[in-house]
Amino acid sequence: MLNYESILNNKITEIQPSGIRKFFDIAATMDDVISLGVGEPDFETPWKIRNAAIVSLEGGKTSYTANRGLSALRAEIARYLSRKYSLSYNPDTEILVTVGGSEAIDAAVRSVVNDGDEVIIPQPSYVCYVPMVLMAGGIPVISESKAENGFKLTAAELKEKITPRTKAVVLPYPSNPTGAIMEKEDYLEIESLIKDTGIVLISDEIYSELTFNGKRHVSPASVGSLRERTIVINGFSKAFSMTGWRLGYVCAPEKINAQITKLHQYSIMCAPTTSQYAAITALRDCDTDVEAMIEEYDMRRKLMVYGFNEIGLECREPEGAFYVFPSIKSTGMTSGEFCEKLLAEKHVALVPGTAFGECGEGFVRASYCYSMDHIKTALERTGEFL
Amino acid sequence: MNIQILKLLAKDARMSTKELSICTGLTEDEVNAEIEEMTKEGLIRACKAVIDWEKLDDGYVSALVDLKVTPKPGYGFEDVAKKVARYKEVESVYLLSGVSDLCVMVKCRTFQEVSRFVSKELAVMESITSTKTQFVMRRYKELDVALDIESTDERGVVSSC
Repeated sequence: MLNYESILNNKITEIQPSGIRKFFDIAATMDDVISLGVGEPDFETPWKIRNAAIVSLEGGKTSYTANRGLSALRAEIARYLSRKYSLSYNPDTEILVTVGGSEAIDAAVRSVVNDGDEVIIPQPSYVCYVPMVLMAGGIPVISESKAENGFKLTAAELKEKITPRTKAVVLPYPSNPTGAIMEKEDYLEIESLIKDTGIVLISDEIYSELTFNGKRHVSPASVGSLRERTIVINGFSKAFSMTGWRLGYVCAPEKINAQITKLHQYSIMCAPTTSQYAAITALRDCDTDVEAMIEEYDMRRKLMVYGFNEIGLECREPEGAFYVFPSIKSTGMTSGEFCEKLLAEKHVALVPGTAFGECGEGFVRASYCYSMDHIKTALERTGEFL
Repeated sequence: MNIQILKLLAKDARMSTKELSICTGLTEDEVNAEIEEMTKEGLIRACKAVIDWEKLDDGYVSALVDLKVTPKPGYGFEDVAKKVARYKEVESVYLLSGVSDLCVMVKCRTFQEVSRFVSKELAVMESITSTKTQFVMRRYKELDVALDIESTDERGVVSSC
């Protein structure tokens, strides 16, 4: 019998499956779970966008597009980034349309990381960065973000992790799972720290539309001189409620973007054509749809923060994404124990903070991509559990 | 006037004072005062549920009646519109641009009641020159609420993304 151990790629086999897989599996088998566990919008994709996809199919738009993506879409992306975030990218040489933000992150990492290069990753954060750096032959260096700093990456924390081998820093803001955002001043401090180095910033801005309390998203590429070293990643999943369409994009100076485009060209060819046509409408005609979703998220966010604090779980007010990240330290349980017991006893599913890195211990993530009634029931049951 | 409260109540009139206070950052007393003020000013007119009457066997029959009106000197369409609006059978009255002048939503228990109301009350009214009655056969969406779509959550229970 074939010895599979001997034929598989070590780099892949050595990547550990997520430690909370078991918890996810149990939750998935229970049928009466009240979940606050999903990081994907509960809204359907606005009808205008879906209709644009249908019209494109009716019009027979079913072939490959250019590797970089439809030029009309890239032009729309350039306009959108300019009017929303004061970013300026050349649609012909600096923008690439990808299969979701995920492909963009992977290609961005691979385009700059050589074997043995260190990539600094602030945690708690989304789970893909560490494995992607490992698969690219890099060494993930974790920077632990602190609740007392609002889970931002501070220049001081970053400085501690920088070595001569540091190649890149991942900037996952607004943050899944903490809801932290970075502001211009935060990036200015980072700018002065790294301005004489060759360190690249990989900025995952997939939640950029979702900021609250009058705060606008700031892209590091719009701050000072950081544009030349920043790879901006964004997409349609969260802002336009288009998770299943698998569409994102990456913007970077031409020299970097050309390499990312090579990776994309050989591994993907082009992003889904139907999704690309739909996305043109999303960027061009859907500001009011997005505003309505944000208003709804904002209401839920406020009620959820209040709700967790009221039942005795300290919860700071996040200013971005669609998650709250309350502390469960007062219960004396670990995040894993808390979530397992809450699921078993009250059938409420939250995600342990440790799913997003060890320093997520003591916290749980709750998503407010759910109706208000659903959120209220989950909070009530969690209150009873405590 | 507090636009935030209005927007929240327009979406869900059942929101409690406490919830409104959390969402607006006002105290509960301030929320109550705002609501009272806005009700007095006539900004908030009523708080009603959206009901899918078609789910009941003995629901309602509705018709959209387009009226052509000869405007009264000095009053325009105002006078007729207000008069029409007084009937309890009339759910809504709108002044239109285009071919018709007034559009009236009429709601009765039966088809016959609608016919009787249109012919005996509206059609004979001085200055109404013609009526066009269109019966509502099915409602798909009302006051922002889709009535024909039962949404199901296709998402998983937990995910890290």
